[in-house]
Amino acid sequence: MSLVSIRDVRKSFGPNEVLKGVSLDIAKGDVVAIIGRSGSGKSTLLRCINGLETYQSGSIVADGIEVAGANTNLRELRRHVGMVFQQFNLFPHLTAAENVMLAPTVVNKVSKAEARATAAEVLAKVGLSEKMDAYPSELSGGQQQRVAIARSLAMRPKVLLCDEITSALDPELVNEVLRVVEQLAREGMTLILVTHEMRFARDVGTKLVFMHHGKVHEEGVPKEVFAAPRTPELQQFVGQVG
Amino acid sequence: MSYKLQFAELLPYWNVLLYGLVFTIVLTIVSTVVGIAVGTAGAAARTFGPGWLGRIVAVYVELIRNTPFIVQLFFIFFGLPALGLKLSETIAAFLAMVINLGAYSTEIIRAGIEAVPKGHIEAGLSLAMSKWEVLRHIVLNQAFRKIYPALSSQIIIVMLGSAVVSQISAEDLTYAANYVASRNFRNFEVYLLVALGYLLLAMLTRSLLRALGRVIFKAR
Amino acid sequence: MLQFSFWDILSNLLIATQWTIVLSLIAFFCGGIVGLVLLFMRTSRIAPLEWFTKIYIEFFQGTPLLMQLFLFFFGIALFGVEVSPWMAATLALTFWTSAFLTEIWRGCVEAIPKGQWEASSSLALSYIEQMRYVILPQASRIAVAPTVGFSVQVIKGTALASIIGFVELTKAGTMLNNATFRPFLVYSLVALIYFCLCFPLSWWAKKIEGRLNVAR
Ligand SMILES: Nc1ncnc2c1ncn2[C@@H]1O[C@H](COP(=O)(O)OP(=O)(O)OP(=O)(O)O)[C@@H](O)[C@H]1O
Ligand SMILES: [Mg+2]
Repeated sequence: MSLVSIRDVRKSFGPNEVLKGVSLDIAKGDVVAIIGRSGSGKSTLLRCINGLETYQSGSIVADGIEVAGANTNLRELRRHVGMVFQQFNLFPHLTAAENVMLAPTVVNKVSKAEARATAAEVLAKVGLSEKMDAYPSELSGGQQQRVAIARSLAMRPKVLLCDEITSALDPELVNEVLRVVEQLAREGMTLILVTHEMRFARDVGTKLVFMHHGKVHEEGVPKEVFAAPRTPELQQFVGQVG
Repeated sequence: MSYKLQFAELLPYWNVLLYGLVFTIVLTIVSTVVGIAVGTAGAAARTFGPGWLGRIVAVYVELIRNTPFIVQLFFIFFGLPALGLKLSETIAAFLAMVINLGAYSTEIIRAGIEAVPKGHIEAGLSLAMSKWEVLRHIVLNQAFRKIYPALSSQIIIVMLGSAVVSQISAEDLTYAANYVASRNFRNFEVYLLVALGYLLLAMLTRSLLRALGRVIFKAR
Repeated sequence: MLQFSFWDILSNLLIATQWTIVLSLIAFFCGGIVGLVLLFMRTSRIAPLEWFTKIYIEFFQGTPLLMQLFLFFFGIALFGVEVSPWMAATLALTFWTSAFLTEIWRGCVEAIPKGQWEASSSLALSYIEQMRYVILPQASRIAVAPTVGFSVQVIKGTALASIIGFVELTKAGTMLNNATFRPFLVYSLVALIYFCLCFPLSWWAKKIEGRLNVAR
């Protein structure tokens, strides 16, 4: 059974149809890399999965919860579906550890001590044990993004959505973040990543999705798809970013 | 100028003036706390609440910001009893100040809330926090940090504006000054002394609020 | 007893409103002129002038407008001059307005990048010339919105002149209330008239501010 099942999802912003019937199945442990041109609807799809955007028709079921159901408890859904953003979105008034501790204490009502232990664990995992008490403004972009990943991990999500999480970083900081994601993939975390890092998509991904004009234009095993793109659009895209 | 200022004649009335001073301070503190609570609720309603509530709050804010405080005070103290709501001078003064500061702080806090990047709200929601938890732990915290100076200035403006409550015989510092002046006819001396008292109070309030801000929003 | 109809009350209030408007205009324009002089002093980098303006502003922003009205009303009398409420109100409101306008405008002047001062002084312009030809033309653009916004405070400030006996809108309201014993109606109308005077200005100020933010 798939962990996330997307069926014929359509989404418009006013007259502009951005998702034109997207279907996708994601199993536990999958590492899905979504690629595609700017404006093809990658972010919108990702944001639909955790209910940040609503869609007009079709269905998305994540971890057994229908995202746009009439009685859907988005909070329950989001406890199992984490998200990491391009712009990090760390809370500037909280230290790294406090950023990580916030949701566990507020949402899961975990004690401060326990949350701090969790924070220490996940921050160690992203290699930032010594930065627990630093404020976001005292961290580099790569470090901030790793804290953001740790912040999501502290909720023990079953799926982690990552929307171009290295695009706002200086080139020399990209790798430290990608290494963390790779480590998560190796540990069996289910990941859905929108990315422009083609090599990363090929080497780490278990599934590649090429989006074009609001549709899944081509999908398959990354190495095979990259080696022999079937559609001219993907051939051209791979040629450009290549 | 042949007139000689005679501040000594104010001495016998020190307790009257002191009482007025304490009244003004207490009135300011209490209405500041309640007024900011009102403002926070108003700002939350305007940014996170349903549309109809936001519109009601907007009307309240504009009505208050575009009429003089003294008219609001008279309306509450003289006008409301006609509807069967009779208030004591002190309660009327308190209510007028809360309503006034509530409107101004709604606008100030709203500006602070709107300055919080949308991504922070989405990050909070993605962490399974509810709208209200996001508001409380992420948005308001950042918003207050940003608008604290503006809010502090508004508190001082309201404190100075409270001199007007003497007009409905609430026994504040200005009321005390009027009382003393009516007894010893040393109008100018009394008002000069009390004006300086207000000035001192304003400066003191400003330093206190600044120190308080440093404690609340611990420096980074 | 004299009977007042709704229209009697309204027309009496509107007549008094003229005085609110006149007093507001005088305070705003005289306050603006004094404020401009103070602005030059405040930004002159001549220590005694700066100190004087700082104390002036501190006093007029740090004491209640009502106290200032009392001080002018009773203070001028000490010189043996006959004071009318009209004169005291005009003076107090002018000085009070000037203090706030100076601070608002100083903020606008300081928002102009340092480079503009440096560039203009490298062109051998004097301080007054720098202000006149380089700084103020730029600062005035951003000053319009907060200045219009403050005019609302001036109109509301004139309501306090009623306390020293100047008959404007608020005072007329009090007198009519004493004559008619219809406080709810009278003060509702008074508030409504103030709102009609102030709201368009508030709205305009907000609009200019919005336009400026878009332009930047
Ligand atoms: N909130 C919104 N309101 C209106 N239109 C939107 C909104 N968000 C996205 N769009 C539009 O939807 C389309 C798809 O946007 P989306 O952000 O999903 O693209 P993307 O594939 O993530 O592109 P990029 O690589 O640039 O991030 C674009 O045309 C965009 O203009
Ligand atoms: Mg995107």
